[in-house]
Amino acid sequence: MRTISIMRRVLVELFRDKRTLALMFLAPILILLLMSFIFNNNETTNVSVATVGVSKSINRELDSIKHVKVTEYDTNQKAKQSLDDEQNDAIVEKDGNNFRLTYANTDASKTNAVKMAFGNALTANSISELKQGLKKSTAAISELQAKLASITKTKVNAPQESSQPQAPKLINHYVYGDANTSFFDKILPILMGFFVFFFVFLVSGMALLKERTSGTLDRLLATPVKRSEIVFGYMLSYGVIAILQTIVIVLVTIGLLGTEVVGSVFNIIVINLLLALVALAFGILLSTFANSEFQMMQFIPLVIVPQVFFAGIIPLDSMADWVRNISYIIPLKYAGDAVSQIMMRGTSLFDLGGDIGVLLIFLVVLTILNIIGLKRYRKV
Amino acid sequence: MTQPIIELSQIAKKFGKQEVLKEIDFNVDVGQIVGLIGPSGSGKSTIIKIALGMEVANRGEAKIFGQKMPNRTLLSRIGYMAQTDALYLTLTGRENLKFYAQMKGIKGQQLQEQIQHVSQVVDLTDALNRKVQGYSGGMMRRLSLAIALLGDPELLILDEPTVGIDPALRRQIWAELKRIKNDGKSVLVTTHVMDEAEQVDQVALILNGDVIALDSPTELKRKYQVPTIEDVFLKAEGAEQ
Repeated sequence: MRTISIMRRVLVELFRDKRTLALMFLAPILILLLMSFIFNNNETTNVSVATVGVSKSINRELDSIKHVKVTEYDTNQKAKQSLDDEQNDAIVEKDGNNFRLTYANTDASKTNAVKMAFGNALTANSISELKQGLKKSTAAISELQAKLASITKTKVNAPQESSQPQAPKLINHYVYGDANTSFFDKILPILMGFFVFFFVFLVSGMALLKERTSGTLDRLLATPVKRSEIVFGYMLSYGVIAILQTIVIVLVTIGLLGTEVVGSVFNIIVINLLLALVALAFGILLSTFANSEFQMMQFIPLVIVPQVFFAGIIPLDSMADWVRNISYIIPLKYAGDAVSQIMMRGTSLFDLGGDIGVLLIFLVVLTILNIIGLKRYRKV
Repeated sequence: MTQPIIELSQIAKKFGKQEVLKEIDFNVDVGQIVGLIGPSGSGKSTIIKIALGMEVANRGEAKIFGQKMPNRTLLSRIGYMAQTDALYLTLTGRENLKFYAQMKGIKGQQLQEQIQHVSQVVDLTDALNRKVQGYSGGMMRRLSLAIALLGDPELLILDEPTVGIDPALRRQIWAELKRIKNDGKSVLVTTHVMDEAEQVDQVALILNGDVIALDSPTELKRKYQVPTIEDVFLKAEGAEQ
């Protein structure tokens, strides 16, 4: 009963604080929209390449690759000048039998694009050279065959390679999404969890801090309320907030951004609710170590930023083993992983037992710590 | 003789190395107002925290209603008002009262009656539906007192209830405390306003974590042969040092 009263009070306070409310509900929408514009429209990198003394055929192959522009230069000097003037991103120079590539390298993605494009052009060129050679030899063979036939008067039934072999056509199938599925779709589930975690952590931590500094916590504890009732009251209220927030974010993601959600929205809400409760417990626990709002803000680089690094936005496989181990203590990783599975593969909650289990362990441990932690303010 | 409401015996408390209370011994009896008088930093608030069970003494025993503190369930029979107002500013006066009443375990019909009653006592009935952030300092103090009065507690513990309050209101609060006392309830109140000490039944002079004098105001003045409690305090302090 007291738990419900505390929940109601926290919610009423929160709903009267219009700015905080707007922050929790509008800020995620704004950031998601911005990110979708940034990541979806600027996926392709256009590069321009300067070539010096490179054969016509390679130039042609290189130029025919999408998003690559080739300009031929007579001398190395002029090409260098164009690189300095930022007209080109790389120089390809023929050096005997080899090619020398010089990159401006001010943008790693452009450097990689040139590397890949030139490699492709080279392969394509050698293939066409091979084809030419093949044509010549086939012509020679048929000439020989004709001669042979005229000698033996019998037609050799050579397997007639009729005309050009048709190049195989590529047909793409996407299990999730379509050809436009981008990096943004991959990080979206993690971003969703991040918003829930960040805002619940910050707002609940601040709320309890205020309760402590204004003396209301002391006064609350001077009534027969149980310490656990206070913690559970906070959990219920922020659970409600997290559910609303997740619904808003999911609706925006599906409605405005058109992201495909394979699994059930309900499952996404369940995972985010769990994550929100972990964030709440974290917020309350850390708020006891802060003496002011500013000190609470100081936990952001310590607690929130590492969550982003290890949650999977940056691929974990590319990290050193010992660095990757850090991710095991990051709640956001488990939530991000679970929501990704639900969104992209439609995995059911039962198959996500591992992620859910770890989140539950976080929750239980932190909650117990919080209930014990309140003993600092009342000994019973 | 009836059992004392508050019984503090040989209480000592340290925070780290700092000895805040050395040996505190005094009782609050039924129908008594006991004033804790002393300069700030003398340990008055710590005594209150120990009586409420928010802190535990390193030595000695605190009993309320004959039971050892800390004891959570006894808190429903105590009204507590802290030095700070401890109000939820974005809630209305009524919502504050309702919330704290629910925390004290007051339910149903009684809830409305209690809110009605305590807001009449502190003269805030008209302002109940306004948000507390629009209240004046005096109104906040009165609301805070009203919260302490919720549920007709048998014991009131008030930490500096009249600090920052104008004289008219101070008089009003003291009149209310006397009325409560005449109902057979007990009050423990801290103050550093010496003339308030004249109004209580028993004065406990606290200095450096010790009770240096404990008696009724008239008796104290007679013993020290001075006209006011303030002089008693100064003389006792002088004798101590």
